Amino acid sequence: MAAISADNHGLRLAVRYAVLILIAIIFVFPLVFMLMSSLKPDQQLLQDTASLRAFLPVGDISLANYSAAFDRAPVTLFIFNSVVVTGITVVLSLLVCSMAAFAFVFIGWRGREFLLTVILATLIVPFETIAIPLLLIASKLPSIGLDGLSTGWLNSYHVQIVPFIADGLTVFLFVQYFKDLPSELIEAARVEGASWPQIYRRIVMPLAGPVLATAAILKFLAMYNQYLWPLMVVQEEGYRPVMVGLQYFFQQNVAWGEVMAYLSMITVPVLAFYLYLQRAFIASIASTGVKG
Amino acid sequence: MSSKFQRSNRAGWVMAGPAAVLIAGFVILPFFFAIALSFTNQRLISPNPTEFVGLANYRQLLGMAVLTVDPVTDDAGQVVMKDGAPEYPSLRSLTRNNPDYPHLQGMREWSSFDWGQSRVYILARDVVFLTAIVNTFIFVIIVAPVQAGLALGLALLINQRMRGINIFRAFYFMPVVVSIVVVSLLWRFIYDGDSGLLNNLLGAISFGAIPPVDWLGNPSTALGAIIAMSIWQAVGFHMVIWLSGLQTISPTLYEAGAIEGASKWQTFRYITWPGLRNTAVLVLIVITMQAFALFAQIDVMTNGGPLDSTQTIVFQAIERGYGKQDISGGSAISVILFVIVLSISLIQRWLTRERT
Repeated sequence: MAAISADNHGLRLAVRYAVLILIAIIFVFPLVFMLMSSLKPDQQLLQDTASLRAFLPVGDISLANYSAAFDRAPVTLFIFNSVVVTGITVVLSLLVCSMAAFAFVFIGWRGREFLLTVILATLIVPFETIAIPLLLIASKLPSIGLDGLSTGWLNSYHVQIVPFIADGLTVFLFVQYFKDLPSELIEAARVEGASWPQIYRRIVMPLAGPVLATAAILKFLAMYNQYLWPLMVVQEEGYRPVMVGLQYFFQQNVAWGEVMAYLSMITVPVLAFYLYLQRAFIASIASTGVKG
Repeated sequence: MSSKFQRSNRAGWVMAGPAAVLIAGFVILPFFFAIALSFTNQRLISPNPTEFVGLANYRQLLGMAVLTVDPVTDDAGQVVMKDGAPEYPSLRSLTRNNPDYPHLQGMREWSSFDWGQSRVYILARDVVFLTAIVNTFIFVIIVAPVQAGLALGLALLINQRMRGINIFRAFYFMPVVVSIVVVSLLWRFIYDGDSGLLNNLLGAISFGAIPPVDWLGNPSTALGAIIAMSIWQAVGFHMVIWLSGLQTISPTLYEAGAIEGASKWQTFRYITWPGLRNTAVLVLIVITMQAFALFAQIDVMTNGGPLDSTQTIVFQAIERGYGKQDISGGSAISVILFVIVLSISLIQRWLTRERT
């Protein structure tokens, strides 16, 4: 009896793992296809889709597509632009939104409740519904450059950064986290005569590690993967981020190997970053839902 | 006492100020701008001054009419038959400069059916936009329950205690961190009509019995193909939200259930599901909002085609507001979208409210 039930248990475990692996294959096969195809010449790439060879590094393997991609488009510039826009936005967003959340949670001031309600209400306004009027506003805003005052923010870094520094979700995440901090800490510091900026900098922010990671990851994903907004506001090559830079590979003759190489170059760093910080990524998504 | 209050007021405004100003300027202002602009004829760049046009944009987008047409009769009052079917006066003669039907001027046929001897036409001023609304609703109605259900299934699967389960969780979540633009391009290979991976797979499983389909080039499969891909991309996101909900359920409830001898289904029905109430509401609202914003997939994969079968509300808003620089038309579509999203999330909240 014992032997049979042990076998049974082993079999059930094997079936479970088989199901888990099958589902995992469904989720990763397009990415494997992308990486493998980026190493193959166009003709072989298209032929290989007929068999499992599409997912294997076989045949005429080289990095030729990668160097061809660099010849076709200013790949380094696009990646640099994305890193600048994403990096600056994430840093400013953490600063601005955590300060606001601090004021909402710890400081008593007139207008606090009202302002917080309004900011949280913006959570139900999808960006897509304000994109068009925002485009009009961005095209009319004054801009100070080397050649003096001019009109219009289009084709710049700031048009991709400033509108996304503050958002309801990030403020919400900080507010939720700050609410759970022991208020005695802040009261004690007040009694000892610490100013509000001091409490923010010396007491609250050093304790905010987890929420900073969460907010940074969510903002990073949203900004790096942004498509609609840069598509509308950046026509000049000099300011294009990676997703919009893709268009270069669809002008004239499309070389799929180069497309795959470019996609790999803009995706693999994010995937590596994700796999390295996997737990934090997943925890950050989970934290948006805990108290919703 | 009063000095301290003053001080707090200043500190509060100073610290919350930057976020408040930015959100006011880049979210709230454009939101009200969208409403205001939708009543004008504003264009991105125009030599003419902007004018107030009332509801004209909305009338242009949503104008519809039902028209019943009787068959053509000859002098004797007999119905004229053509190829075995009654002949009807051409629609064009009624909607173009016909003084008897001034309100139908410029409308086009959206759909029609026969009602006894007469034919009923449903006419619309903007056929493409109406199609976009219908497509978006089809997308939401399929994606919301299927994605939420699959995500819950995955969450239950991944919530087991097994060696290496975190690795599987990491894999299932992977598509979420990849840009939807990249994903859409990769899936163009999967859906390709000639040598696509999906056609090759179906051909191999059926030993060639299933003929290849041009998934994105066929009006009857294009929207379905985009639906399947969208579910694949985001299901891991909602799996994680369900998972965090599952982990808030106290293990003592499960222990009590096990002592009472509850079956797997009973455990799910009476312990797990009630504990997931709030999570369910959140997941549904988030999926619905994301689904209504459908844009990048369309822009990368089909451009709204073939035959407008993948037109969506946001794609239309961008095509007009940005592509044709018709800011007012795009704004009116944005307002319509917002009203739809708001009503649906209110309905969802009402349906899932706490009953006491």
